[in-house]
Amino acid sequence: MKASDLTDLAIRNLREAVLRNALTTLGVAVGVASLVAMLSLGVGLQQLASKRLSQSGLFDTIFVTPKNNFRGMGRPQPRAAESNTPPRPLDEDARKQLEKLPNVIEVYPQIRFFTEVRFNNKPFATVVGGMPDSSRNSGAFDGMQGNFFSSPSANEAILQIEFARDLSEKPASLIGQELTLRYAERQPIPSASASPAESGGGFSVVPKELKLKIIGIVETEPAAGYGGYGNARLLIPLSTASTLRAAQVNDLRDIVRGETADKITYPSLSVRAKSPSLVAALEASIKSMGFNAFSLLDASKSLRTFFSVFDLLLGIFGSLALAVATLGIVNTLVMAILERRREIGVLKALGAADSDVQQLFFVEAGVMGFLGGTLGVTLGWLLGRAITFGTNVYLQRQNLNPIELSAVPWWLVILALLFALLVSLGAGLYPASRAAKLNPVDALRYE
Amino acid sequence: MPDTPCAIQLDRISRRYAMGSTMVNAVDEVSLSIPTGEFLALLGSSGSGKSTLLNLIAGLDRPSSGTILAEGKNLAALSSPELARYRRNTIGMIFQSFNLLPRMTLEENIELPLRLAEVDHAERGGRVREALERVGLTHRSGHRPSELSGGEQQRTAIARALVNRPRILLADEPTGNLDSNTGEAILSLLHDLQSQLGMTIVMVTHERPLAERFADRLATMGDGRLLGVSPSGKAVAQ
Repeated sequence: MKASDLTDLAIRNLREAVLRNALTTLGVAVGVASLVAMLSLGVGLQQLASKRLSQSGLFDTIFVTPKNNFRGMGRPQPRAAESNTPPRPLDEDARKQLEKLPNVIEVYPQIRFFTEVRFNNKPFATVVGGMPDSSRNSGAFDGMQGNFFSSPSANEAILQIEFARDLSEKPASLIGQELTLRYAERQPIPSASASPAESGGGFSVVPKELKLKIIGIVETEPAAGYGGYGNARLLIPLSTASTLRAAQVNDLRDIVRGETADKITYPSLSVRAKSPSLVAALEASIKSMGFNAFSLLDASKSLRTFFSVFDLLLGIFGSLALAVATLGIVNTLVMAILERRREIGVLKALGAADSDVQQLFFVEAGVMGFLGGTLGVTLGWLLGRAITFGTNVYLQRQNLNPIELSAVPWWLVILALLFALLVSLGAGLYPASRAAKLNPVDALRYE
Repeated sequence: MPDTPCAIQLDRISRRYAMGSTMVNAVDEVSLSIPTGEFLALLGSSGSGKSTLLNLIAGLDRPSSGTILAEGKNLAALSSPELARYRRNTIGMIFQSFNLLPRMTLEENIELPLRLAEVDHAERGGRVREALERVGLTHRSGHRPSELSGGEQQRTAIARALVNRPRILLADEPTGNLDSNTGEAILSLLHDLQSQLGMTIVMVTHERPLAERFADRLATMGDGRLLGVSPSGKAVAQ
């Protein structure tokens, strides 16, 4: 039989016992809805976590430090061969060299320093972080209150929300106000002797102040804590931060090592790759240049593995309802065979082959699966929206920002429909084969 | 009709069933030749094996032994799909209880064999109309079987049997559920089909008088055996 005729006859047959078939289809729909709702929560949570992490700008960034950097407690000491190699300083030359590497978008120094901020004549200790202008488009500042820096060298500040709460009970009211940044400027001491060992190549520290206009408040600091300097809670443009020449952690180390104070070295540089997939290769090239390099790519892989397992478990639990629904399909079709026994006999007497009868029941199962799948995807999506809505109502009551808890991507829609169709066809296997095997003489005799 | 080719030839056909521990011979060593264009009536009491024999000729059942040649095909040698094709294209069947599908209109019931034979949609309308005209039911095409009289339902069943233009028509007690006048009208219609289209008709019936009037020969069965074949009253009169 032609496919159009099979479908037409199948739909006619389904309409014949409309209540029973509608209930069976609803069973499939509930099964698919539970599957879609579960997976949409899994996908939503994964997207939420990935978004938060990607907003931090870490997955396309490699953190570069010189090999002579301080090693943390408990870290292994360099091997003898390694320690014989003279360490390369992370200076301007190194920065330019890193910039020339393929697939590098930008290289910028990590400028963070402890300092004091005065606001309403009260002192607040905090960490200041310099933000490159490129972070404007990284998504990290999406949803912030106020605006991003008006120019790359503006005397403006963006506050991290917790710090803003320290300054005022109404953080939003801070926007437009001024605060004073007090910091220690590093000024090189002119060398009186030819030997740096004698002069020490040192520098003096001069207290300075800078007035900054508060222009925005951001929920989390991008690259929070990355690099071991702690969270920066006051963000200023990177260019502004570098012109301050504020004393940093590595300054003391450089003096001890006899490195000249007028030659700028960076404690660390951030190298941004064109895409996260290029990070691994870039990291290897940087290491071969004689620097330490570290990226969070491994952390992202672990996250993906975790969510794959999480989605699998959600999918298994979601499929249980669908498994029950398949029993409903089997039951409905077996009942249909009993009721339509004589009709099957007539079809065979008129020339229907066993395969025609089998296909007819298959299509009936498939139509129930497709309709149930379509309805189920819609119900699952609605369920996900309802859960998101309920969660956001709760979050808003807790004064927290709303989140997108569930997500139904296209692949999930197609996968759910295909799964519903396949499961229904599977459920139709036994009834279809039983119908096809009916003896036409017995079937025609059936009253 | 010695020179006429055979539409159906049965050679020592048997059909045995297991009934518990005993075997029942529903059809026992029946041999019979039915020439093309003949109207043969199979007579006999209930359980004589006439319906079983008709089912064997229809390819709905397979013989336990013997051979059936229909339009030159040995039905015993055909595979299941080939038998389905034979039922679709070579024979048409009508039944005592009409066996129309109640949720379909007349037109849709008649179209059913065309769907099974995968006839083009464009051709179907014409074929259905032609069949309806032949049985005189054009004006009832949109009705459902439940809205028709018994005679009209049987005529619809005949139209459905004819729509694929088969060469053999098999009728299982076609007048069993009809009053005598309607039954006579149905047999008259079958007789017309035989004479106009040259169809071979094999009809199982209890009603000897009608068979005498419309059939060419009468084959009488008893206990699964063919008791005898005789020319009908009509044939003798001719």
